[in-house]
Amino acid sequence: MVEKLDQIFVLLSHWLVGFLPAGLQQAAGIVIGVVVIVCLYPALFALAVLMERKGLGRMQNRYGPNRVGPYGILQPIADGIKSLTKEDIVPLSADSAVHFLAPIVVVVASFMGFAVLPMGRNMVLVDMDAGLLFYFAMGASTELAVFMAGWSSRNKYSLLGAMRAVAQMISYEVPLLLSSVAVVMITGSLSLTKIVSAQNAYTGIFPHWYIFTPWGFAGFLMYAISTTAETNRSPFDLPEGESEIVAGYHTEYSGFKFALFFLGEYVAMFSISGLGTTLFLGGWSAPFSFLTWIPSWIWFFSKLMLSICVFIWLRGTLPRLRQDQLMNFAWKFVLPLSLINLLVAALWRFLGEGWQRWVFCSAILLIAYVFMGLQEARSDHFGPRSYRYAE
Amino acid sequence: MSFVFYILAAITLAGGLAAVLLKNMVHCALAVSIAFAGLAFLFLGLDAQFAGFAQILVYVGAVAILVVFAILLTRSSDTPKDGGVFSRTWLAGLVVAAAVFAVIGWAVLSSVGGLPHEAAVPTVTVLQIGQALMGPYVLPLEIVALLLTVATIGAVIVAIHEKEDAK
Amino acid sequence: MTPLAGYLLVAALLFAIGLAGALTRRNAILVLIGIELMLNAANLNLIAFWRYGPHPEALTGMMFAIFSIAVAAAEAAVGLGLVISIHRHAQTADLDEMNRMKG
Repeated sequence: MVEKLDQIFVLLSHWLVGFLPAGLQQAAGIVIGVVVIVCLYPALFALAVLMERKGLGRMQNRYGPNRVGPYGILQPIADGIKSLTKEDIVPLSADSAVHFLAPIVVVVASFMGFAVLPMGRNMVLVDMDAGLLFYFAMGASTELAVFMAGWSSRNKYSLLGAMRAVAQMISYEVPLLLSSVAVVMITGSLSLTKIVSAQNAYTGIFPHWYIFTPWGFAGFLMYAISTTAETNRSPFDLPEGESEIVAGYHTEYSGFKFALFFLGEYVAMFSISGLGTTLFLGGWSAPFSFLTWIPSWIWFFSKLMLSICVFIWLRGTLPRLRQDQLMNFAWKFVLPLSLINLLVAALWRFLGEGWQRWVFCSAILLIAYVFMGLQEARSDHFGPRSYRYAE
Repeated sequence: MSFVFYILAAITLAGGLAAVLLKNMVHCALAVSIAFAGLAFLFLGLDAQFAGFAQILVYVGAVAILVVFAILLTRSSDTPKDGGVFSRTWLAGLVVAAAVFAVIGWAVLSSVGGLPHEAAVPTVTVLQIGQALMGPYVLPLEIVALLLTVATIGAVIVAIHEKEDAK
Repeated sequence: MTPLAGYLLVAALLFAIGLAGALTRRNAILVLIGIELMLNAANLNLIAFWRYGPHPEALTGMMFAIFSIAVAAAEAAVGLGLVISIHRHAQTADLDEMNRMKG
């Protein structure tokens, strides 16, 4: 029974496919998977938007949406109808072809990442040998789409927002990749299913998740910082800083195209949280050995939604950074630390079992963190800036 | 020759052609990134997964962005008003390119008989590529690492804005 | 026509397009784009020969292509840095106007 519940979606898919002739079965299985992913994540998107608006409202001492339906839970539907029926305005001087293509490329590239994410035991669309590389290749293509959106609008705020977004995404992609490379080094595989199954083991009741190792903990923190920047979320939301550049690269988008950008942003958040879950938090494996009877997909999606809650919490808590602080933080703090973390992961691999590697690895990371943190705190990169003309 | 190959080849060549012919520089950069992506899918069609994804990661994710930044920094995104986008000696260039294509095409077509027809699909795992990189190809790998470091520093030094009054 | 010949012809055509771009365009950045297209065409040839060659398990062509992708990235970075530097010096990226060797 437990086994059946765990594999319920796999069995359901097999049962549906069973009605078709043998030649079509494999293709039909993939089509079913794609359809499920394309329906599931927009539904989660509606849920996350509601959570974000309600949660942020609570954090800011206000109610949040409370008019549509009981407690305002139907607000996403109202939002959807609104954005679908609004007039689609394209600026007269805009480059219409590029302006039209940009939101489509954003959404498609964001959805592609789900193809390799294992969402439960045996629940992965394509079990690719180079899964992680595929994921990052798809993630890298969104940068060009953001630029397309900003440039084609022929609006200085859009262009500024796009340039900010591209510069920020490129800068934070380096630590993002390097912190993931540590996981690849330890697992010895780029396949995400292998990375999960390497973590799906227990000592006593505690799991072998990578976050519970010194390099994994440091790597996870850097991964989380980089993902926040990569998805343009607060405190790294300079590309769409409302008080400075209207709405950044999607200033000139309205109606359905704006909704596509909004969807793309949240889908990217889901997929990158899913990747973080897979790399560091054990993917679909249970947090304690006595909880393994709960279906694997429940664990994956609860970890995913927990990450989304952290994103919302960060947005409600932290103020926006300045552009120079953002760049200095990426290149002078996160990048060197992730390089050191790579070295520590190699040490962890070669020191073998035993308590020594815990002490050595933790000590190196801690010393590096404290030393570099002090250095940065002393330098004036992060302090208040004097303005030559404003004063 | 499969249907997919023809479509991918057409997309790639159209992207390349558009990159060379279009007037607006940003359109050229976007067209060339279509060509890069098409090539990546051609690599996938040749069962070279790793090379295909690396192609997308490096070319679409990095080189195309670099080109776009360079276009905006040199203010060449607007169509030039005088003299068009082609060089004065464009005819000579076209003739040279056509001649090169004629020679290569003739060489390929005249050796069609000797080319292998079908080969077994090679099963190359990422593990094998990694072991090859760390085994027989470790020296080139290290040289490439050095080259990339030098190129990064060199590019920054070349492009850095020198202050007019050095302090 | 064999599959290999098809890939080789596509690569040859792409190479010719890149060459034509590099030789006929006025803007230095587009010349670089043409060079990148030529490099990519060569990569396609390498991978095609690896796939249909006698010893695909030796990985030679694939490795060649991977290294050439890495080198091309370095080349693009330095080349575009040079273009930006020249633009700052001469206020143009037009190759026809860069006809003096004196700075």
